[in-house]
Amino acid sequence: MEATVALDLQCCRNVLVPFPRSVPRHHPVSEFYGQFLRPQVLVFALTLTVDKVQVWILSECVSLFQVNVRDALNQAMDEELERDERVFLLGEEVAQYDGAYKVSRGLWKKYGDKRIIDTPITEMGFAGIAVGAAFMTASCAWALSSIMLCFQAGLRPICEFMTWNFSMQAIDQVINSAAKTYYMSAGAQPVPIVFRGPNGSSAGVAAQHSQCFAAWYGHCPGLKVVSPWNSEDARGLLKAAIRDDNPVVFLENELMYGVPFDLSEDVLQKDFVVPIGKAKVERRGTHITLVSHSRCVGFCLDAASVLAKEGVECEVVNLRTIRPLDVDTIEASVMKTGHLVTVEGGWPQYGVGAEICARVMEGPAFNYLDAPAVRVTGVDIPMPYAKILEDHSVPQIKDIIFSVKKVLNM
Amino acid sequence: MSSSAVDVDLVGNVILVAFCFDRQEGRRGKPSADRWRPNSMQKMLTIISNVLRGSARSNGAQVVSEAASLVVASRSYADFTPEATFDIKKVDLHRLEEGPPLTATLTREEGLKYYRTMQTIRRMELKADQLYKQKIIRGFCHLYDGQEACAVGIEGGITLSDHLITAYRAHGYTLTRGGTVREIMAELTGRRGGIAKGKGGSMHMYTKNFYGGNGIVGAQVPLGAGVALACKYLGNDQLCVSLYGDGAANQGQIFETYNMSSLWKLPIIFICENNQYAMGTSVERSAASTEYYKRGDYIPGIRVDGMDVLCVREATKFAAAHCRSGKGPILMELQTYRYHGHSMSDPGVSYRTREEIQEVRSKSDPISMLKDRMLSNNMASIEELKEIDIAVRKEIEDAAQFATTDPEPPLDDLCSHIFANDQPFEVRGATPWTKLTSTS
Repeated sequence: MEATVALDLQCCRNVLVPFPRSVPRHHPVSEFYGQFLRPQVLVFALTLTVDKVQVWILSECVSLFQVNVRDALNQAMDEELERDERVFLLGEEVAQYDGAYKVSRGLWKKYGDKRIIDTPITEMGFAGIAVGAAFMTASCAWALSSIMLCFQAGLRPICEFMTWNFSMQAIDQVINSAAKTYYMSAGAQPVPIVFRGPNGSSAGVAAQHSQCFAAWYGHCPGLKVVSPWNSEDARGLLKAAIRDDNPVVFLENELMYGVPFDLSEDVLQKDFVVPIGKAKVERRGTHITLVSHSRCVGFCLDAASVLAKEGVECEVVNLRTIRPLDVDTIEASVMKTGHLVTVEGGWPQYGVGAEICARVMEGPAFNYLDAPAVRVTGVDIPMPYAKILEDHSVPQIKDIIFSVKKVLNM
Repeated sequence: MSSSAVDVDLVGNVILVAFCFDRQEGRRGKPSADRWRPNSMQKMLTIISNVLRGSARSNGAQVVSEAASLVVASRSYADFTPEATFDIKKVDLHRLEEGPPLTATLTREEGLKYYRTMQTIRRMELKADQLYKQKIIRGFCHLYDGQEACAVGIEGGITLSDHLITAYRAHGYTLTRGGTVREIMAELTGRRGGIAKGKGGSMHMYTKNFYGGNGIVGAQVPLGAGVALACKYLGNDQLCVSLYGDGAANQGQIFETYNMSSLWKLPIIFICENNQYAMGTSVERSAASTEYYKRGDYIPGIRVDGMDVLCVREATKFAAAHCRSGKGPILMELQTYRYHGHSMSDPGVSYRTREEIQEVRSKSDPISMLKDRMLSNNMASIEELKEIDIAVRKEIEDAAQFATTDPEPPLDDLCSHIFANDQPFEVRGATPWTKLTSTS
């Protein structure tokens, strides 16, 4: 008796089911996000034909888990530390204190002193040491044979800055010792290092602790610069960064650490990576393109939901990577909508938004613009301490809405 | 001790008579190398005071406190010890033949002043703790309680025309350098009456000859050397005290500063406030050499008990004399302790035990140490010190009241103070249509 098995995959319908775990309703980001990416159970129908008897097997494919950004980063590091012996973490308070912001919680207990290293408060020194540890490939790389193997020989450090403000103490090592070395050595010396830490403004930490470094690091060839927004970004981009053979500047955001997002099982797979250099369209729209990165993506989505009530459909692009910039995605979106507003937390002058506007000017999308592109940015001042002043120093949702309306001439 | 009420009037009359007699003797201000010995009149008054204190326990404080204040009022400087000399701990020396003296003379005025200032710092920091937990203070808040002897002792060894710079644990120094509790607390709560008009916050407070309040670990040390360079350049015989912690002591820029200030013989006193922990990392885990007073290598150093305000003062005087004589920099390590965690977001017990904190509090608290010294040498009465405590508490309450009711800075102030002595100019706001103005 011949058994023919024909697998007929069919996406039957999208069934909206109540989400098994409660999404905290109080947080505007997750509330909004929860609205338009409601947990969906995709029902696949498999038809199994055994001797012309069809058997339907329905299976629930997708379940969602709530993971906040901090835990996403923690799990990503944990999995990469487990996967590759050469990966190690160093920084202030990363080991016994469990991390200044608890991002490395539990890692020291699991991996010990050799792989999770507490450093003194000496950024220039330990950043240099981290870069040097990544240098170990030099001697091997000269070997003509099995170069790929040799590239694997060095260590793969994760260097944490307690905040990116303190990286200024070490910026020479990041730029001159990490970013430029592969070029200067004509390919002999790769630097597979990740620098990570919280970037940009927090709450009430004043001028010296609130600067956004996306533009500064994004300016330099030889560096990859990523800026995740949600847990999926954080997890996927950190894994990609650690696996990348190049120096990656990983800009997190302190205010996002505690924000939970729904992650599907696919995302929680050990080999899930988000490709560096690829933006994501978080929300499809037709009237205007909002391009943003990090925490401001959430603000853009919030603004988009408010504007949707007035009939304006915004397309929200989450850059995910600052360098290399995904110009293609931006241009495709602008060519569709004809209008562009960039949103960032950093200062306007020579910033990420300025670069996006310049690229659009120089490329094919310019001819599709129905209005000049506009930037929404942090105010061009050092960050004040007082709450009322601080609130007015960062882009707010109302600034985005206002700019959209101005650009659309509403 | 009788349990009946003390006849207040009789006691008062006796004291007035005694007071009159005493005034003629003119005991004030007599320097002495030996412990001061009270005469019979003072002894009698001490006994009366003790009796009153004793009956307070049995009769209730109300009636007796009146008598006590009578006693206090009439017990003026004439019958307290005007000054006393105390043995202080020997310091450890590095590249020095001699150190500060082994005894310190404290006058009554100085003692009361130090007591009051340390108590003010202590209560101010505890109030800040409370306000932070109520979320009225936000962001970073690094508290100084436990380390009061350092700020007060250092100020006792220099003058207000000298200069001082420190890191972020700066509230105590802002006070000793001339700030008021009101301004400091209003800055913490981010109000327009704050010492930096609400724009700086906890870590960025400035007064005359006090350069903050700095957020980046170690960066203040070369800044301090710069101030010292300016002092030498201008020939004004002033010096700069540049403070940093045990965590910052490993910073490269500090060693660069050691080199240049030695080379150029700058009038700088490096002071390492070693409170044993750099955030959550103990000194053993962060430094290959924990003898911070020797880390200046070619720079002479002394290691001082930072919990004793007199030790700190004498050491500072010694260091200041060294600098002013043109010998160049000197390094002081103050061994001190902070009761709170690194900042308000650090409970402070994950890397040290509560027993350790308790032990320091009970054995080495700087305020208790000074209090005990003054009381046991009859330099002040316990009531007097209590009155100071009450006055300090009131000052802090008033300041907290101000700090919570003063309005926030006006939005007009958002963009001001970008450039000094410059024309007003336009500042880009969050959108290209938001045009703001910056004034100097």
